[in-house]
Amino acid sequence: MGIYALRRILTSIPLLLVITALIFTLLQFTPGDPLDAYIPPDQVISVQQRQIIKEELGLDQPKAVQYVRWLGQALQGNLGFRIKNGEPVSREIARRLPPTLLLMGLGVTLGVAFGVLFGVIAAVKRYTTLDNVLTFLAFLGISTPAFLAGLLGLYVFTLKLGWFPAGGYQTPGDGSPLDILRHLLLPALILSITYVAVLMRYTRSSMLEVIFQDYVRTARAKGIGETKLISKHVLRNALIPVVTVIGANVANLIGGAVFLESIFSWPGTGQLYLDAIDSRDYPMIMGITLVLAAVILFANLITDLLYGLIDPRIRYS
Amino acid sequence: MTALTAAPVRPRTPTRMALKRFLRHRLAVVGLALLAVIILLSIFGPLIARFEPDQIDLLSRSQPPSSVHWFGTDQTGRDVFARTLIAGRVSLMVGILSTFISLVVGTVLGALAGYFGGWVDNVIMRFVDVVMTFPSIIVLLTLAAIVGPGVDKTIIIIGLLGWPLACRLVRAKLLSVRELDFIAAANALGATDRRVLLKHALPNVIDVLVVFVSLGVASGILTEAGLSFLGLGVQPPQASWGNLLTGARELTVLEAYPWQWMPAGALIVLTVLATNFLGDGLRDALDPKARQ
Repeated sequence: MGIYALRRILTSIPLLLVITALIFTLLQFTPGDPLDAYIPPDQVISVQQRQIIKEELGLDQPKAVQYVRWLGQALQGNLGFRIKNGEPVSREIARRLPPTLLLMGLGVTLGVAFGVLFGVIAAVKRYTTLDNVLTFLAFLGISTPAFLAGLLGLYVFTLKLGWFPAGGYQTPGDGSPLDILRHLLLPALILSITYVAVLMRYTRSSMLEVIFQDYVRTARAKGIGETKLISKHVLRNALIPVVTVIGANVANLIGGAVFLESIFSWPGTGQLYLDAIDSRDYPMIMGITLVLAAVILFANLITDLLYGLIDPRIRYS
Repeated sequence: MTALTAAPVRPRTPTRMALKRFLRHRLAVVGLALLAVIILLSIFGPLIARFEPDQIDLLSRSQPPSSVHWFGTDQTGRDVFARTLIAGRVSLMVGILSTFISLVVGTVLGALAGYFGGWVDNVIMRFVDVVMTFPSIIVLLTLAAIVGPGVDKTIIIIGLLGWPLACRLVRAKLLSVRELDFIAAANALGATDRRVLLKHALPNVIDVLVVFVSLGVASGILTEAGLSFLGLGVQPPQASWGNLLTGARELTVLEAYPWQWMPAGALIVLTVLATNFLGDGLRDALDPKARQ
């Protein structure tokens, strides 16, 4: 296990470097002179002064050197300054990250729980009407874009039924965890829809593959009860490929979070990202891109490690 | 004297067998029919609609559906029915063209990697790995922010994100095909690499690519809808299903004028659903060994 983990971590590092290099390259193509980001707009300076500042910031060095310096700064937590108000990018990101992690965390938990549950039900009751209904709902789930589901959810559950507040993090004056949960629940549920739909189909097909295996037949012939059979033998083995699916969809989750944070006015990184794009705040855009890419890479790594933990056959390949 | 000709026999070609398998999938057939209806509506609908999609009528702003305006009007009095239909043209076109770009780029690179192997394969697959690891939403939004909005740019960006999948599919298929005897025979007979690839190897990849196209169009439509919804894809006054939903970002529109955004939303779901059913049916029909 240790060697497998080490190997996986080591392969992640060059990937991270390539991604950061790509982001840096993209940064070079953003419109505008990068020098202007560091000069207050109302200050008039001469050409010589611009040259001095340029040298100071290292902007006249070859691109490779600039990349290394930028990377070094980024690793120390300096991601540049916002064009909007000159505040450090990392400070704002740090402030906005917890709500997003909260939203994504609850979304993943609900998605995995319901997805696996419905998948198991569909597999056990295969070919019945319930199975067909669930499969159809799964198709519906993957055909609906996240923002549309969000709009519909908002329309039905908030505006028409009044069950949930219309958005935001908390009601002013109240900040209790229960209040935050009320605000969090609807967007998290909508976010989980993609996971539920995808996981349900995967769990169902994976379970169907396992159920017809010989060792399950043997266990059943030995007289084990159906419930224990499903939960102890079938499910454990069926869940192995499902873990990879969970990891592979993290990118989709982040995409969905971006849209849903906008629709539900949830004060997270996604909303920050959209604001930055609207105001063409390139340092912020690149900073968030870097953070999100790192998060996804990290999630993939964790998934691979988990996979190695669950399935011993992987460790020895 | 007996008749010298018997009744003509229809040969059982693989295509005919695949067609039979396909027609057995009720959902896939429904999907195909639905898709055909939507495409026809998008092409011919605006021609038969009573109003021009861009026709502003400030005296009838935000009217609910009526016998005059079948889907009501939007905030500047434009007919929602006409706008929704013509938006279909844009959204479908973006989906189809972007998938086409992914198809061409992916097939070329996949063919090179799969057929020639060696270092070519290695380089291309490393490239594919990197692009695939990149979270597409982020690349999409960042690129769109840098290059700017617009239909053509949207098509290119979405196309550039889909090619790694096509590349992998083509490569995988070619890796198994190139071991087959008829390839060896063609090579032994002295066919150039180019001829073997184009005439013998690639035609076997078509079944995988057909499925890719159907699912790619679905994905392209969803992506375009997301981008346009945020204001980064297709720009108003040009309509697409995504940017028809932009108005719903405001709670007043969302609650009070549902006819302005629900048709576009419904059409997105129906089109993608139909395409997904179709793709599923095609996959089962063309490769019955593939388990879902």
